[in-house]
Amino acid sequence: MHMSDSREITADRETVWAALLSREVLKECVPGCQEMTGSPEEGFEATVVQKVGPVKATFKGGVTLSDIIDGESLTLTGEGKGGAAGFAKGGAKVSLADGEDGKTVLTYDVDAKVGGKLAQLGSRIIDGFAKKMADQFFTRFQEAVEGPSETEGGTDAPEEGGQKKGWFKRVLSR
Amino acid sequence: MPMDGGIGASTKRREDVRFLTGAGNYTDDINVNGQAYVAFLRSDVAHGKIKSVDTSDAAGMPGVIRIFTGADFEGIGGLPCGWQVTDRHGEPMQEPAHPVLAQGKVRHVGDPIAAVVAETLEQAKDAAEAIEVDLEELPAVVDMKAALVDGAVKVHDDLTSNLCYDWGFVEENRDAVDQAIKSAAHVTTLELRNQRLVANPMEPRVAIGDFNRATGESTLYTTSQNPHVIRLLMGAFVLGIPEHKLRVVAPDVGGGFGSKIFHYAEEAFCTFAAKAINRPVKWTASRSEAFLSDAQGRDHVTKIELALDADNNFTAIRTETYANMGAYLSTFAPSVPTWLHGTLMAGNYKTPVIYVNVKAVFTNTVPVDAYRGAGRPEATFQLERVIDKAARELGVDPIALRRQNFVTEFPYATPVAVEYDTGDYNGTMDALERMIDRDGFAARRAASEAKGKLRGLGINCYIEACGIAPSQLVGQLGARAGLYESATVRVNATGGIVVMTGSHSHGQGHETTFPQVIAEMIGIDASMVEIEHGDTQNTPMGMGTYGSRSIAVGGSAMVRAAEKIIAKAKKIAAHLMEAAEADVELKDGQFSVAGTDKSVAWGDVCLAAYVPHNYPLEEIEPGLEETAFYDPSNFTYPAGAYSCEVEVDPETGKVEICSFAAADDFGNIINPMIVDGQVHGGIGQGIGQALLENCVYDDQGQLLSASFMDYAMPRADDVPFYEVDHSSRTPCTHNPLGVKGCGEAGAIGSPPSVVNAVIDALQSGGHDVDHIDMPVSPSRVWAAMNNA
Repeated sequence: MHMSDSREITADRETVWAALLSREVLKECVPGCQEMTGSPEEGFEATVVQKVGPVKATFKGGVTLSDIIDGESLTLTGEGKGGAAGFAKGGAKVSLADGEDGKTVLTYDVDAKVGGKLAQLGSRIIDGFAKKMADQFFTRFQEAVEGPSETEGGTDAPEEGGQKKGWFKRVLSR
Repeated sequence: MPMDGGIGASTKRREDVRFLTGAGNYTDDINVNGQAYVAFLRSDVAHGKIKSVDTSDAAGMPGVIRIFTGADFEGIGGLPCGWQVTDRHGEPMQEPAHPVLAQGKVRHVGDPIAAVVAETLEQAKDAAEAIEVDLEELPAVVDMKAALVDGAVKVHDDLTSNLCYDWGFVEENRDAVDQAIKSAAHVTTLELRNQRLVANPMEPRVAIGDFNRATGESTLYTTSQNPHVIRLLMGAFVLGIPEHKLRVVAPDVGGGFGSKIFHYAEEAFCTFAAKAINRPVKWTASRSEAFLSDAQGRDHVTKIELALDADNNFTAIRTETYANMGAYLSTFAPSVPTWLHGTLMAGNYKTPVIYVNVKAVFTNTVPVDAYRGAGRPEATFQLERVIDKAARELGVDPIALRRQNFVTEFPYATPVAVEYDTGDYNGTMDALERMIDRDGFAARRAASEAKGKLRGLGINCYIEACGIAPSQLVGQLGARAGLYESATVRVNATGGIVVMTGSHSHGQGHETTFPQVIAEMIGIDASMVEIEHGDTQNTPMGMGTYGSRSIAVGGSAMVRAAEKIIAKAKKIAAHLMEAAEADVELKDGQFSVAGTDKSVAWGDVCLAAYVPHNYPLEEIEPGLEETAFYDPSNFTYPAGAYSCEVEVDPETGKVEICSFAAADDFGNIINPMIVDGQVHGGIGQGIGQALLENCVYDDQGQLLSASFMDYAMPRADDVPFYEVDHSSRTPCTHNPLGVKGCGEAGAIGSPPSVVNAVIDALQSGGHDVDHIDMPVSPSRVWAAMNNA
């Protein structure tokens, strides 16, 4: 399946770009991620636990970054094997552009496919599931960079001193 | 009135006592002491190169006895194909290897890569998950036409293309058909897809291999419709075990519908592995595995053209079909779109020239083979749909158009190689019209419209070639097997009878109907007769049950054997009564001498045969046991007329079947209740195809409809109460019982009338829709109505 969307992030392009290359951010943002090792240069190894309809499995796989144009765009390619549950793989082309008021517009174009039991049992719900996964990923990414949105509130504990900064921004500004 | 328990009596099914009380003995009920369990690691990609299979971690896991991969089967035969089709140019079909476990490549999701044998099933499954397979995924070919494009990815690298064969039938008629279509007053064209189906018998497949070290004998317990065929194919072509060292047992089998005819990898694996590890090995398919490994059905894409003259007489039929073989050739796959499909394209009609072209195509999908009806539903559907479309285009009554073109004189040699021995198509149509109150349809339609619904009436005819079939004929057509049937009739000393038949019952009710025939012939109670089947050790070599052949071929073999028994018993009776053999008559279980009061009972004759104190030993041997093999001279040709009335909800596109009527001519009938049941079940499956079932792959070859959540089987509320009529009977002219077979008729005859009815309903609502592909689901109907 294929989906694309864009988000406006309240941070400058450099900050957003750095977050995209951060292992910690990726680990935080990939829904169900238990473990993430590696580096942007060599690729990441990840363990993700997810439940797709009736199929719950631990996926082990890798994420590689390619087509990197510094500060502008990159492609994330991942494949996860869930043993008897089958596999999921996909790619996201992410590009950044300057928005208004110093914000950054992040546009993503995601292609994902599943195989094995995931396809056999989950086909009816897989589109919705993939959309949810992508939404969650980029919502968390946005939160990590700029802090939870005011309307949603977020699930993280309130920041000390009512600060709205995302944890990544805080790390950077230290 | 039929004799109680004899031919024509609706005797209750005796096998139901055990089936309905949980006392059946299915293959999974069999547990052999010391058995180990197997789990197959199956490909989750549709096409890929196997770079390595690393079993080292898995091999050390708890309970693992041994792990097998493709390497263990190098030099061992692959699964054979039982039918070779010759193409339009006189060349044999392309026939790829079909290994037991994948060698080098996987070619469909579900293709077995490795097999773990372990102490428990759970341990086997855990270890299978720990096997590391390094697979290089290759692009998959799923769509048949795309598979035939130059440069398309090849399913089998060693074949020249994905085309299995390009078959033309009858090739000599090709030009005549083209000419007739060119010069026709009217040509109706229809393009359609006969969608892929999954058979889904209630009982999934099971295989248990057992090897006896002391005797060197292998035994396979398996869910099969034809244990002797499995013994021959697996023994001779795969594992190299002679028949006298190989026993195949197919006990109670919970439905087959064709999918249990074929020889499967799991059967060969369990037999092989049992010897290799010296332990019995058991495999039971999960429902998910059944979706990925049972041969699937149908999957034809067809264009049909029907030419008519100015008086609406059919003048020619031309068809072009793409038939999906899947990734490998299943046992009888090549015969289905050809000899079981092209030969039926004349239907019930006297069309002078017909040309059928079929291109069979390999794709990265589960193999396709015979499924209830096998080729004949595909032929019937396209023909009966195009006739309906022609009637609409010409503004003539669809029944009248059919009647006008019926074959009425028999025997009738069709232009597609078969000769119908007998039939009465107006007779079945009359019977149908008596059931359906066609005159009242307008009022029923008005009543539906008053509720905001559209009502449609659909009619179709069908013919099928059953009782498969004459060995010499099928041999000429490419069958690599004979298709006779066998029976041994063993009379015991006290008069009871055991019939050992090569036919196999997996729901058909042979244990009830076969004794009815013997009871009628001898004049004894049917309870004195038992049927043995399904075990190669105690039944004569038989070809099994499919193609509605059991009573026509297997029943005939039993009759021949029983005739030999009666002839011998008459000799014994003549001796006992000191009469001439020619004067001895058998009636109601008594032998008597014509014109005298001398008689001797059946039981006394049987006893004399086994206690031959007073016996003509110089003339005949003691004992009373005879075997016969019966090879018919022709197929049988059941035929009929079906009707369906539907209501369509224009808001949602939902189709509801209001009534369904079936008038069949099965020739003579042994047990009307069982025949009704067979027809009911067949119609249920046909309605399933028409409205619900669809096997779907994505463009990567991933099977998307792989459980009952996504593959819609018909349920009780999807089908109406059926009206069936079997009063129109033209007995088969060439078998001793005059029977034709009834197992597939319902599945063959029902889909077109459902779709014809839906189209009729939509047309009545002013929607210019002339075809909707099956399944005619609410979304498809709604889309067609709204040009969406």
